[in-house]
Amino acid sequence: MTATESRVEYEPVIGLEVHVELATATKLFCSCANEFGAEPNTNVCPVCLGLPGSLPVLNERAVEFALRVGEAFHFTVPASSIFHRKNYFYPDMPKNFQTSQFDQPICADGTLLVDGTPIGIERAHLEEDTGKSMHMGGSGRIHGADHSLVDYNRAGVPLMEIVSRPEIRSAEQARAYVSELRAVLEAIGVSDVKMEEGSMRVDANVSIRPVGREQFGTRAEIKNMNSLRSLGRAVAYEIERQRELLESGERVVQETRHWDENDGRTHSMRSKEEAFDYRFFPEPDLVPVAPTDALRAKVHAGMPELPAARRARLVEEWGINDHDAAVLVGDAGLAEYAEAAVVAGAPGKDVVNWVTGEVLGFLNETGLAVGALPLAPDGLAELVGLVAGGTISRSQAKDVLRECLQEPKRPKAVVAERGLAQVSDAGALGATIDEILAANAATVDEYRAGDDKVKKKKRGFLMGEAMKALRGQGNPQLLNQLLDEKLDA
Amino acid sequence: MSTAREIAAQVRAGERSAREIVDEHLLAIELREPEIHACNLILVEEARAQADAVDEARARGEELGPLAGVPVALKDNLCTHHVPTTCSSRILSGWRPPYDATVVTKLRAAGAVFVAKTNLDEFAMGSSTENSAFGVTRNPWDTSRVPGGSSGGSAAAVAAGYAPLALGSDTGGSIRQPAALCGVVGVKPTYGRVSRYGLVAFASSLDQIGPFALDVEDAALLLESMWGHDPCDSTSIDTTPEPIRPGLYDGVQGLRVGIIDELAGPEGFQPDVLAALDRATAVLEAGGATVERVGVPSAAYGLSAYYLIAPAEASSNLARYDGVRYGLRVEADGVAEMNAATRDAGFGAEVKRRIMLGTYALSAGYYDAYYGQAQRVRTLIIRDFERAYQRFDVLLSPTSPTTAFPIGAKAADPLAMYLSDVCTIPTNLAGAPAMSIPAGLDGDGLPIGIQVLAPVLGEAVMFRAAAALEQGLEFTARPQTLEAR
Repeated sequence: MTATESRVEYEPVIGLEVHVELATATKLFCSCANEFGAEPNTNVCPVCLGLPGSLPVLNERAVEFALRVGEAFHFTVPASSIFHRKNYFYPDMPKNFQTSQFDQPICADGTLLVDGTPIGIERAHLEEDTGKSMHMGGSGRIHGADHSLVDYNRAGVPLMEIVSRPEIRSAEQARAYVSELRAVLEAIGVSDVKMEEGSMRVDANVSIRPVGREQFGTRAEIKNMNSLRSLGRAVAYEIERQRELLESGERVVQETRHWDENDGRTHSMRSKEEAFDYRFFPEPDLVPVAPTDALRAKVHAGMPELPAARRARLVEEWGINDHDAAVLVGDAGLAEYAEAAVVAGAPGKDVVNWVTGEVLGFLNETGLAVGALPLAPDGLAELVGLVAGGTISRSQAKDVLRECLQEPKRPKAVVAERGLAQVSDAGALGATIDEILAANAATVDEYRAGDDKVKKKKRGFLMGEAMKALRGQGNPQLLNQLLDEKLDA
Repeated sequence: MSTAREIAAQVRAGERSAREIVDEHLLAIELREPEIHACNLILVEEARAQADAVDEARARGEELGPLAGVPVALKDNLCTHHVPTTCSSRILSGWRPPYDATVVTKLRAAGAVFVAKTNLDEFAMGSSTENSAFGVTRNPWDTSRVPGGSSGGSAAAVAAGYAPLALGSDTGGSIRQPAALCGVVGVKPTYGRVSRYGLVAFASSLDQIGPFALDVEDAALLLESMWGHDPCDSTSIDTTPEPIRPGLYDGVQGLRVGIIDELAGPEGFQPDVLAALDRATAVLEAGGATVERVGVPSAAYGLSAYYLIAPAEASSNLARYDGVRYGLRVEADGVAEMNAATRDAGFGAEVKRRIMLGTYALSAGYYDAYYGQAQRVRTLIIRDFERAYQRFDVLLSPTSPTTAFPIGAKAADPLAMYLSDVCTIPTNLAGAPAMSIPAGLDGDGLPIGIQVLAPVLGEAVMFRAAAALEQGLEFTARPQTLEAR
């Protein structure tokens, strides 16, 4: 290579491993409740504690959820798949092996369309979650702790691990992939998909290679990203870190790296060279998972509309743009809310304006969920109707909506309470205009004699006087129209 | 010694109280236990309370279960609610299960009275009960000899009159071999016929709970009281079993019996054992059966395959004993160090040997050559047995190549010890049923066992052949150590 040669262009190669907790009522292999936030070690039994003599029995609902995932991402679900044991010692794992799936997963070879680009999904498999360790004393991490406590409530909670192919090419695409994946999983009702609460966890395998080369570079596995934003930042950082290494003639080490939200960097955790040998072997305590045709048919028939189809439909039916459709469908609850308002009689376009504007703004501000809003969707439709019917103006409607989002009140009631109803009676408005014109005869004369610039100024003054006389409640459109008629008569 | 049938009939008829019966058996245990050491725990109070409950139920006029008032000994790897369950290992010291094994629940409901938790080779790994953390069990026929294993405590308990019935577990012969060495009946049912829920796992794909009894009919009674589908065990068979006892004494007229060539010596087999096999053959032929030799070629590889599969599963099953949640904990700096110190102090030599064997067999790069290959042998064994059962209704072999050997004789030579199970292991790999019945005594006055094997779910025909052998062989001897008293 000579100094005059241009810099090598690198292409990122990214694969994502997404773990989602399934929202089944009970755990994967026992009947303990699957719930977040219970008192430590209250949702436990001999099976999920791995007590001697206990045996697992597969939760049929988890299989049904896996089949839904299979449908949603166009996976092949084989006639039979099996569980394996993944053996390694860790105190929050009651049996010191994790019951998981290995070379025969329940879902194989799927795909997800991300902004028009199909991203391959290698597999999705069922496995059990571990418990949670809490390290007491020291820094809160295992090293330097005085002792550790373990909560086994999460042990045995069903997880699906969804592994993309290394077909993602940028940090933005990684975000978009997870965002779409999350929307689909939420739409099919299999998970809460909350990255912040850990019901959805994303690990990223990142490597870079010179553009045009087929062979992959050495990859690093990035962990500890607990929001879409941190995923995007972490992947972007890691791509840049690897590019700098390669450009300075160093090599990338295959290792696991921990994303630190505070300093915005990834840090080495442990290198794969000293990785465990998991000694996978088929789980002898379980029989193969063989979903019946009846179950497959039931799941197929019960599949809801997926986000992509929903976006397309809303664009088509409501005449909204792609961006608004994406914002709306990005949150299944928000889309439900908007659709219900439309069912209650409001035009889709108006509803979307309110929902993606004021309603979403209020939700982001307060952190509330859509379901917790005091204003029911038909209340929003009522508000849309008040504006469309000319009862209140759009700016008045904003204030009314604000009040209805904060307290359980209907828009009509707020309008009545504040005396906001517009005067839309042509007779009453005409009489007011006549009074104003009479009281400002000089201005009227100046208007009539003036050029366009003068006309505009004088007209604006007269309009303001009329509105003042109406205490701002005159229907502005009608008032404008009547004023023109009388001035130009 | 009374059979379980006699005891249950007496209790039902009100001829004797369950309390009287249990006290009689507890007395026998108290007298003989110092010499035999079959028990890890004698359940004096619990047994009396259970017996009283049976008597009270009868007084109230309630329907009594088929095992009403019958003393039963439980191998100490079966979970018993609030009662220590040790697997004869230090690593479980102090642990009391918060639940009953499914078989324990079923036998309680049938009116059984649990008198003891019996000794075993640690985690059921062994053929002599010498690998117990709590000392060896001695054979009631000759206390200088082993009772066999791993269910040596249960076999000795029945032979010594502690209880007419006992439960064991059989992974590679752990019921049948000690039954043979102690002169009692021992049955390994079809894999999945009896729930494993609450049986502390050794090798999950091979383990099966089964009965010990004084005779074939009692064994059938006990098996019928505990078998059937259990939703808590995914590998439990979901079909109703064909009852055994209605046709138990229908005889063997026309039955086709095969003697397994590969398991009939002469090399490695004690001549007295092979002579007993000949006597069994004669009995069956006299009853109208046809007896022929049959090859089950892959059976010869059973032992090798077994010693890869069983340790591999065990290495994973026993990983949970780490000092974190229950049982022994040896404190050390750091979690990994505590795990290692606990396991080092808590497990005996044979358990450690098998954990290491199994860990190695599953390692990356060796999996296919060891575990994978062993599974292929297992498939061959299943196929060879299926082929044999196209021509034969049941198969026959010695249960073990020798009678009871002296304590310590094989303790230093694991391979010699493993060979003690060469006849019993293939059945476990095939998932099929087999049982051992006493067939006479050798020159030293030690019992010899003959094994009857049947195809999967073939318990009824297996028991019918065993009952015919029992009647024809007329084995009535009892341990001299007991008769002297």
